[in-house]
Amino acid sequence: MLRAALNRLIGMLTVMAIVVTIVFIIVRVTPGDPAAVMLGPDANAADIQALRQRLGLDGSIIQQFISYIGGILRGDLGQSIFLGQPVTTALWMRAEPTFFLTIFSLSIATIIALPIGVASAYWRGSVFDQVMTAVAMFAASVPSFWLGLIFIQTFAVGLGWFPTSGYGGPYSSLGDRLYHLILPATTLGIVSSALIMRFTRASMLDVLNDDYVRTARSKGMSEWRVVVRHALKNALIPILTVVGLTAALLISGAIVTETVFALPGVGNLIVSAVLRRDYPVIQGALLIVAGLYVLVNFLIDMLYLLVDPRVRY
Amino acid sequence: MTDLAPDTILSVRDLRTWFKTKRVTAKAVDGVTFDLKRGQTLAVVGESGSGKSVTSLSIMGLLARPGAIESGEALFRDSKGAAHDLARMGPRGFRKLRGKEIAMIFQEPMTSLNPLYTVGDQIGEMIALHNDVSRDEARKSALDMLRHVEIPDAANRLDDYPHQMSGGMRQRVMIAMALSCNPSLLIADEPTTALDVTIQAQILDLLRRLQEQFGMSILFITHNLGVVAEIAHEVVVMYAGRVVEHAPVVPLFAKQKHPYTEGLLACTPNAERDLDPAGERKALYSIPGTVPPITNLPPGCAFEPRCRYSISACTKVPPQLEPAGPERLSRCLRSAEI
Ligand SMILES: Nc1ncnc2c1ncn2[C@@H]1O[C@H](COP(=O)(O)OP(=O)(O)OP(=O)(O)O)[C@@H](O)[C@H]1O
Ligand SMILES: [Mg+2]
Repeated sequence: MLRAALNRLIGMLTVMAIVVTIVFIIVRVTPGDPAAVMLGPDANAADIQALRQRLGLDGSIIQQFISYIGGILRGDLGQSIFLGQPVTTALWMRAEPTFFLTIFSLSIATIIALPIGVASAYWRGSVFDQVMTAVAMFAASVPSFWLGLIFIQTFAVGLGWFPTSGYGGPYSSLGDRLYHLILPATTLGIVSSALIMRFTRASMLDVLNDDYVRTARSKGMSEWRVVVRHALKNALIPILTVVGLTAALLISGAIVTETVFALPGVGNLIVSAVLRRDYPVIQGALLIVAGLYVLVNFLIDMLYLLVDPRVRY
Repeated sequence: MTDLAPDTILSVRDLRTWFKTKRVTAKAVDGVTFDLKRGQTLAVVGESGSGKSVTSLSIMGLLARPGAIESGEALFRDSKGAAHDLARMGPRGFRKLRGKEIAMIFQEPMTSLNPLYTVGDQIGEMIALHNDVSRDEARKSALDMLRHVEIPDAANRLDDYPHQMSGGMRQRVMIAMALSCNPSLLIADEPTTALDVTIQAQILDLLRRLQEQFGMSILFITHNLGVVAEIAHEVVVMYAGRVVEHAPVVPLFAKQKHPYTEGLLACTPNAERDLDPAGERKALYSIPGTVPPITNLPPGCAFEPRCRYSISACTKVPPQLEPAGPERLSRCLRSAEI
């Protein structure tokens, strides 16, 4: 168990190293001199040279790579050009809404999708199953910004239950800030629940026909226990992968949702950084988002180890 | 339902279990009738596909769709003397009977245990479901059961997962689990097929001992006639979803009243018979042809195309299961002659 976990950890670190390298290369191979691009066509050579120095773009490629890696290891992702603060600070200040938004929407998606998927599989072909199949198709094909706008119109503007946008004022309490996340998280949760629901149904259908489920039934336990303890736990193994995938999609999908709901999160930061060509911020955000992807995959792997004894060699 | 004889624990009457799809109806079990007496073992034999497993799953209420009981009864008398018709029982009724009154050992040892729980957990779960015991007590009883089925080093195997065990070991775990609540009826579907001969003998011995000790009745499904001779009191021979011969074990081995039974017995390897004193091997007999698909049976006797006693009358109407001597039944027009 510990060895398998260690193996996964080494795997994760390897992927991280590759990601870090790729981000480095991407920024370097972007056509044109970033410093010149940033300063515009009217800039003089001295200014460009000064900016190159600030960005760590002078010196040989090897030197650049070493100082870049050194910075990452020290937790230093450079200085934002427009925000007047270190990239890490800028990211950190905007991490909270993105973090909670991802967690909440993933929880909402799972809470909706798992029971419906299980029930659909258990009563396959029933009216319930057919209705849920149609609902899932609808949810999967609705763009999140459209559903978001509908929700804002209905529950925020119309009924006035929730704020229309934003993340509260600078001094608002945690409760108030989280309250601002209910609508966006529900939107994202519903949209991403469709995939998990369909996958849960398929996985459960597979498992319900397995011999050990029949064995469980032959022991004289309730159907609930047969389905949850014996079938669902086995079905969860492939479902975990899809939940992980959804988490990754949500992190990148934050860009759209944060724009619709005007949430000051990492997605919003990336959008403005791209518009203003704030390279250090783009590079840092890329690193963080990729890192989160890898981390989520690692966590899913750890869950696998917990659930499935067969992979704990 | 009230006419269930007091010494009978299970009475299957004209049971029909069909797999209906839009295009075809597979009559996997088509009018099977037999009685199992309390404390006895009834063996069900027949080639692959003859409907043995479907019969046992029908009795346990564990049929998978599209399989369903079309008609017939499966009367069962529980340990308190109450009779139940298993063919019409709902999930709630079954919940009280399964495991405690009727336990089943499945044919597929490799896949019948849940891969995510230790064998100790799985046996313990069965014990805890039907007895008012603590976790520790359930675990202790599970260990006792593992020792009962002679799993070596049982204390250490208790926390093994199924994938850490061989097929034979898993089958013994299944047997231990099935026996853990002292069922009054044990349905054993090929329980020893996955085991090597020495273990097979031990398990049969164990089943016989438990039968004596607790008066357990056994419905024993197998295609191995050697095993039948070891354990059965009565034998039901199935072919293409129907009973073709039914007889007590001793007379059956002495004289078969159906050509199919005769063929089955001739197919069973037998060292004494097949190896003459000079060490020459005789060619092993095999029944010519194959089992016809149950969706497309001949109009007459289902065995007719493979039968060496076949006459033209056999191709016209299906024969009935009729008395063929004391306590015996045969489904053959010529049973009196053979
Ligand atoms: N789910 C199903 N759908 C359609 N037909 C089925 C299904 N399950 C079983 N059958 C049919 O029922 C018949 C009897 O099958 P059964 O499993 O009872 O045979 P068996 O006597 O147990 O054979 P074996 O010795 O191989 O275990 C077979 O012809 C099989 O094709
Ligand atoms: Mg079978």
